[in-house]
Amino acid sequence: MSDAGIHVPTAARTQTVVASAGLVAWARLNLFGSWWSTAVTLLLGYIILRVVAGVVEWGLIHAIWTVPYSATGIADTAICQVAKGTGACWAVLTDKYRLILFGRYPYAEQWRPAIVVLLFIGLYIVSGMRRFWRKELLVVWVVVLAAIGILMGGGVFGLSDITEDYWGGLPITLILATFGAAFSFPLAVLVALGRRATKLPAVKLLCVLYVEIIRGVPLIAVLFMASVMFPLFMPAGINVDKLLRAQIAFILFAGAYLAEVIRGGLQALPAGQAEAADALGLSYWKKTAFIILPQALRLVIPPLVNTFIGFFKDTSLVLIIGIFDLLTMGKVALSDPPWQSFSTEVYLGLAAVYIAFCFAMSKYSRSLERDLNRARDR
Amino acid sequence: MDAVLSGPPAIVLDKVNKWYGALHVLRDVSLTVTEKERVVVCGPSGSGKSTMIRCINRLETHQEGRIIVDGTELTDDLRTLDTIRRDVGMVFQSFNLFPHLTILENCTLAPIWVRKMPKAEAEALAMSYLERVKIPEQAKKYPGQLSGGQQQRVAIARALCMQPKIMLFDEPTSALDPEMIKEVLDTMIGLADTGMTMVCVTHEMGFARQVAHRVVFMDMGEIVESGPPGELFENPKTDRLKLFLSQILRGH
Repeated sequence: MSDAGIHVPTAARTQTVVASAGLVAWARLNLFGSWWSTAVTLLLGYIILRVVAGVVEWGLIHAIWTVPYSATGIADTAICQVAKGTGACWAVLTDKYRLILFGRYPYAEQWRPAIVVLLFIGLYIVSGMRRFWRKELLVVWVVVLAAIGILMGGGVFGLSDITEDYWGGLPITLILATFGAAFSFPLAVLVALGRRATKLPAVKLLCVLYVEIIRGVPLIAVLFMASVMFPLFMPAGINVDKLLRAQIAFILFAGAYLAEVIRGGLQALPAGQAEAADALGLSYWKKTAFIILPQALRLVIPPLVNTFIGFFKDTSLVLIIGIFDLLTMGKVALSDPPWQSFSTEVYLGLAAVYIAFCFAMSKYSRSLERDLNRARDR
Repeated sequence: MDAVLSGPPAIVLDKVNKWYGALHVLRDVSLTVTEKERVVVCGPSGSGKSTMIRCINRLETHQEGRIIVDGTELTDDLRTLDTIRRDVGMVFQSFNLFPHLTILENCTLAPIWVRKMPKAEAEALAMSYLERVKIPEQAKKYPGQLSGGQQQRVAIARALCMQPKIMLFDEPTSALDPEMIKEVLDTMIGLADTGMTMVCVTHEMGFARQVAHRVVFMDMGEIVESGPPGELFENPKTDRLKLFLSQILRGH
């Protein structure tokens, strides 16, 4: 807000006023400082109020949460059709949430993917806590990921065998994202180191080619190659399943991008750090593990998490090769005739799930950055 | 250039040549440092003195001539390199402490992972050296919390924790504020008193006079003059050294 004609330093004034009189004085100074400022405040306030009121009215007050069902179990969406435009029809989510979250997994067995989702979330939380950052965590990961595989696929411990064709929804998204991160990250570290290996020109060339080729191709093309072209090159009788192929495509794709981010961190590190480690007689791998990587990775936490968030959302692209992830299941749910016209509600629901995961990642990255830097700069 | 002390040689440089592209940075450098000898290397910036000292533990590679450290010739063989780096400590102008590790961890990392020393033993050793450089109370802090002088003393302690036979100093006081130079020099003088073999690139002429058996003057990549500090400073034979000394003295 401009205070026309007043040239007292605003910041200084604001500080003293806030200190003495709090919010009211702050508002008077910054929001109602002049007639122009007051007019803008009122106009913006009116617009914000109208929007918020509209959303609350549509999303809560006039919203419809359930609909009656016919004797044959078909949803009667007449009241939703009537309310269309004035109230949200969340009934589509209450009716379809299990289909969206767990896909075509047999209804009676859907407790299994439900536990899988909880296991994933538990794994993220435990891995996020710095006091669990020990070697044992690696074992936990292996055990949990194995448990997830058993729960989803079954065939042992009296669990019925459920093939991947029936997997879908949130577990697919989390599997692609988690396995993708778990494998692409170490790959990316090796590639980033390899690109800097001036004494090993062959390794360096290989790493450069990998990064440049993968970066030069759209993710969708890589997925197509994995799903359509890859089987053509395999000898007859060897069949790598579709989900695994998509997973490998993701790992390779994410690996190239992460490698560049990590390389940025390696380059930002002063040469003196490596020299000091060399002078102490540390071998290449010890130097890398104890001196170079801990510092380089810390430097690139923000772009690293940025890349991870991007790939979490990019998992939704698997729909083009016929894998039913969370977003795809939303589309499937909308193909049910009674619900066809309620895509807004479904997509808002899906957005909420994606936002929850991505927001958690970005919050975590900031706290991690703060913690790690506190130890160093204190 | 002959040693002042008599004894077995610790470092031998024999007609060492090095180029950065077309730039000839070391020209036929020959130098023998005997055990327990303390050599100060001085010279104008760009004279190759840092490059020479960095060749001794192979942070830089030379292209011609031979470098023999503690009886082992420096080659591309990684095993000999490991042996030499274990026995040669180095202190840098910019300290190069590891900022993500505590002072104690900085000092114990190499003994634990290179010398395979048990952790408790490495920590006890590190504390004894931190006491010697007079900062045991900072052991749990991070490098960023220490002053420049303190950081450089930690860097000396870190190098000593590997119990090296030879210590290299590459302008250890050049990045320090004037009031901190003395504490680092005092630490180095204390180290000299223990009989450590030292090669030190520095412009601290007072330190050279007090500690060095021999001063080596380098210019344009070659050793121009060398001799005991008194002799070299009082009776410089070459114009280049006279010019250098006059510039140094004017600066002080």
